[in-house]
Amino acid sequence: MSDKDVLLTMKGLRIEGRSDEQWNEIVKGVDLTLHRGEVLGLIGESGAGKSTIGLAAMGFARDGCRISGGEIHFDGIDMRNASETEKRGLRGKRIAYVAQSAAASFNPAHKLIDQYSEAPVQHGVMKKSEAEGDAKDLYGRMQLPDPDGIGYRYPHQVSGGQLQRAMTAMAMACRPDLIIFDEPTTALDVTTQIEVLSAIRDIVEQFDTAAIYITHDLAVVAQMADKIKVLLKGEEVEEADTDSMLSSPKEDYTKSLWAVRSHARPEQPPATEGTPVVSVRNVTAAYGTIDVLHDVSFDIHAKRTVAVVGESGSGKSTTARVITGLLPPRRGEILFNGEALPPNYKNRSRDQLRQAQMIYQMADTALNPKLRLRDLIGRPAQMYLGLNGKALEDRVRDLLHLIELEPDDYIDRLPSELSGGQKQRIGIARALAAEPQFIICDEVTSALDQLVAEGILKLLDKLQGEFNLAYMFITHDLATVKAIADEVVVMKEGKVVEKGGKSEMFQPPHDPYTELLLSSVPEMDPNWLTELLKARAAAGG
Amino acid sequence: MSHIWSMILQRLALGLLTLFIVSLIIFGATELLPGDFAQEILGQSATPETVKALREKLGLDQPMHIRYLGWLADILRGDFGESLANGQPVADLIGKRLGNTLSLAIYAAAIAVPLSLALGILAALFRNSFFDRFANASALTSISFPEFFVAYILIFLMAGRDGLFPSMASFRTDPSFTEYLYRAFLPALTLTLVVTAHMMRMTRAAIINLLASPYIEMARLKGMNPMRVIVKHALPNALAPIINVVALNLAYLITGVVVVEVVFVYPGLGQLMVDSVAARDMPVVQGVALIFAAAYVLLNLTADVLATLSNPRLVHGR
Amino acid sequence: MGFLTGLFWLAATIIVALGAGWVFRQAAIAISPKGVAKELRTAPLTASFGMLMILLYIIAAVFAPVIAPFPETQVVGSEYQVWDDVHLLGTDNLGRDMLSRLIYAARNTVGIAFVTTALAFILGSVLGLLAATVGGWLDQVLSRAVDVLMAIPALIFALLLLTIIGTSIINMILVIALIDSTRVFRLARAVAMNIVVMDYVEAAKLRGEGLWRLITREILPNAMAPLVAEFGLRFCFVFLTISALSFLGLGIQPPTADWGSMVKDNATLISFGDITPLLPAGAIALLTVSVNFVVDWQLHRASGLKE
Repeated sequence: MSDKDVLLTMKGLRIEGRSDEQWNEIVKGVDLTLHRGEVLGLIGESGAGKSTIGLAAMGFARDGCRISGGEIHFDGIDMRNASETEKRGLRGKRIAYVAQSAAASFNPAHKLIDQYSEAPVQHGVMKKSEAEGDAKDLYGRMQLPDPDGIGYRYPHQVSGGQLQRAMTAMAMACRPDLIIFDEPTTALDVTTQIEVLSAIRDIVEQFDTAAIYITHDLAVVAQMADKIKVLLKGEEVEEADTDSMLSSPKEDYTKSLWAVRSHARPEQPPATEGTPVVSVRNVTAAYGTIDVLHDVSFDIHAKRTVAVVGESGSGKSTTARVITGLLPPRRGEILFNGEALPPNYKNRSRDQLRQAQMIYQMADTALNPKLRLRDLIGRPAQMYLGLNGKALEDRVRDLLHLIELEPDDYIDRLPSELSGGQKQRIGIARALAAEPQFIICDEVTSALDQLVAEGILKLLDKLQGEFNLAYMFITHDLATVKAIADEVVVMKEGKVVEKGGKSEMFQPPHDPYTELLLSSVPEMDPNWLTELLKARAAAGG
Repeated sequence: MSHIWSMILQRLALGLLTLFIVSLIIFGATELLPGDFAQEILGQSATPETVKALREKLGLDQPMHIRYLGWLADILRGDFGESLANGQPVADLIGKRLGNTLSLAIYAAAIAVPLSLALGILAALFRNSFFDRFANASALTSISFPEFFVAYILIFLMAGRDGLFPSMASFRTDPSFTEYLYRAFLPALTLTLVVTAHMMRMTRAAIINLLASPYIEMARLKGMNPMRVIVKHALPNALAPIINVVALNLAYLITGVVVVEVVFVYPGLGQLMVDSVAARDMPVVQGVALIFAAAYVLLNLTADVLATLSNPRLVHGR
Repeated sequence: MGFLTGLFWLAATIIVALGAGWVFRQAAIAISPKGVAKELRTAPLTASFGMLMILLYIIAAVFAPVIAPFPETQVVGSEYQVWDDVHLLGTDNLGRDMLSRLIYAARNTVGIAFVTTALAFILGSVLGLLAATVGGWLDQVLSRAVDVLMAIPALIFALLLLTIIGTSIINMILVIALIDSTRVFRLARAVAMNIVVMDYVEAAKLRGEGLWRLITREILPNAMAPLVAEFGLRFCFVFLTISALSFLGLGIQPPTADWGSMVKDNATLISFGDITPLLPAGAIALLTVSVNFVVDWQLHRASGLKE
């Protein structure tokens, strides 16, 4: 490509964010070149500065951030020295933005089509009636159902996956030269993600629009981008075209990202003998008058990990609430070592409560921010095991050792003085402090970066061997299932669709829903999406 | 659509129920008294005959629920009983004054509501500017002032010896409209100053609360100018809290008038109530309290219904 | 001309006030331990000024008998004397020393308002936290009761209750504490509700913790910041209500010195262009402004708004 085709350049871009009353650099000198019609994937973990760089391409910095150095040129326009009016003239017209959560990024007070036509009308590209006609055309191209009518709905009347496509259509309204996609499918279930990915890819190709595609998911970016740039803590690690980046990453950091996907522990054969630690028996449960669980049954044995898999609304977390006694079931029962537990946790004995512990998804909300680690971890040991004084302190120190945190350093910290992964480790220590037989892990790694999540999974694995723990592992992520499970329970709409040993589950034949779920998980192969869509079209057609 | 109407009907029913309970409280409050109300009013020196006469006049010799039902039925017919102080029908005492109080409240609201909304939107638009900081600090200051302080400062400044406006809002005859506006200007201005600050601050806060929302960022990234972002994107979503705060302040006007009427010797319900409390003229106090409470409940009810109607999630079902 | 001089004096007052705030902040930072000093540095000048004023009011209230030149209730001159060397601010409608009464009123009015607020706060926040934590019928009963009580405007309700039980200081404290506790209940319950849904509270419940420990260890520490701010705001409301009642002649009764009734008693002077009656009103305003400035700063800090 010649230099004339260059659309966007950034040189030595520096951006600062304000925290603790001072400016800290969050993007530390990044260079970037994007040609017309080219798709660049920006990839990195949280704190890498990907979104910040994406927004900087529009000359935009969020409140509390400022662009402090470097150059940004968009099609010959110096974005750092352009006036606000000049930049407003570009935004929405020549550079458009697609946000992570379409549900939150559409204004709840206006109809979709009014929001679509706002940019073209205000920028003087089209009249309102033209814009509306155009919207219907684009809705059709984005494969939205009822393209003529869907625009007249309010955002809350449309599903998440459809909203995300409507938002991409809205970004296309003025036929921009560049679109910034900021994690557009992260908030979606895997089966929905496929539809959105293919729609985005088609429309970008049709209009030959350049794009910056921001994500933390390697497999997704492999489907979308021509070239990939890897970022770490505001600095570039490396950049290469997609094929060579996937096949032969140069830097260690990139290699470690790639390697995460390959972790898996050896599967233990499903336990069929002996009394299961926990047995869910024909549970039907309801919120109010609406049944959300229908006749759910499965067993969990000692030293085994049962992964409960499903998309949002499948009832996997509700099952956990029934087991813990927060939601007494309408029918059915929970057996613990063969004995029925009282349905409501308030009627369970202290020892029954001690035996089943829980680790939460959001470590931030699971730890009382006003208590020190000493008290957070010590309390269960004090309550259940009657430890006090020196004995209690020793126990807390042992537990900190177990979760690989230096006791002297950490015992008097507050949760706010920990990183996300460390907080999750404290959650684990608190569960262990009760010396339970059974632990429910509710999406414990989904809020964490891949490398950190990997560490947590390994720790849980080690502890299971050491203390003969039975795990119930709630997750929507099949990679996690592959990594840690012995047995798998697949749930959909409150029912168990399929259950069995892990190797059985990942081998055909499958239940159709399991098949859909498995095939929808993106793979690192850049041709995966194309092949999958072909295969589905063939099967469906 | 039927969903929203059933919701509004529910609110209305709840409002009526609240009014009913409020009337019970206002009526039943007299029962809290440990001794005999008639004895209490007349004092220890009263002869048993006069106490008995008063008891019969107040109906204290009948059981409570009978008295309540009778009282309620009378009120629904517009009969609020008779004043203990001068024997006049309470309805007559209230009648004219109610109109005066309402017109004063409306006068103040007509200035305060548009003014505070405009100031609030401007403060949100120019947030952290000098204008915003100044508006905020003065708002905080004026919220902190007792009504009578504001009133006397205004009298001191604008109604001195060569005053622009009268400090006493007495109307011996029926004033013309412009005459009324002129005579009631200072009381209305006092009330305006007292409520504007709060409404302005809350309007600003309601809008600024939303400015961190993704859809506001989206509007900015679509290249919309700051005014349009605020008015078209933030304001429609801030309506519910703004409506509530306006209702709260209009309701506050109702209590605010009590003090302001006393300062300006304005012949309204507040004056009447204060005089009657001092004289322990129970029927009058009950009547006026009931009217104030009813106005208050109705205002909140209206705000509730309007806030519901401003929410597209509720108006347009799934 | 008058307008311009007025503007000049207003600007001068603001500058002097902010300057005093600045001096006070520097002094406070210098003598405070490190942690407190760091907090103080974040205080805007308005809040510094507020803290200084609150301190002065407390001093006036505590040392009233030492500072005041004359006794609280004694007639020491003729009526409505003008300002002179003996009676710095003149005398009131009965010939009592204005300045002395102003100082004593700090003790009476502020003291009574503080006691009332504390009562309202204890009642409201205990019930609010309980309602949110226990939930179920207790929450329903308390919330509905508070809804109904709040459906009657506060001042009107206070007037109604005072008519029935008669006006006295104790009655007024009880009535206002009761009415204001409903507002505290609302806030405490709302704050606690947000905390109760947190996973750490669920974890504590599943651990089998009792109600007392749930409230004192898990919920209260996390509800403290908004509750403290609410205490400041509530104090202002109570203080203004008491002043209004006293002004109407239904609150603190003579001969006790009190700012609200002092305004009422001497109001006639205003029409003669004498600002003396505005002083007690100004004293009320200054204290509430000061508390509001400090609360505003704290709320801003607590909400973490960096805008």
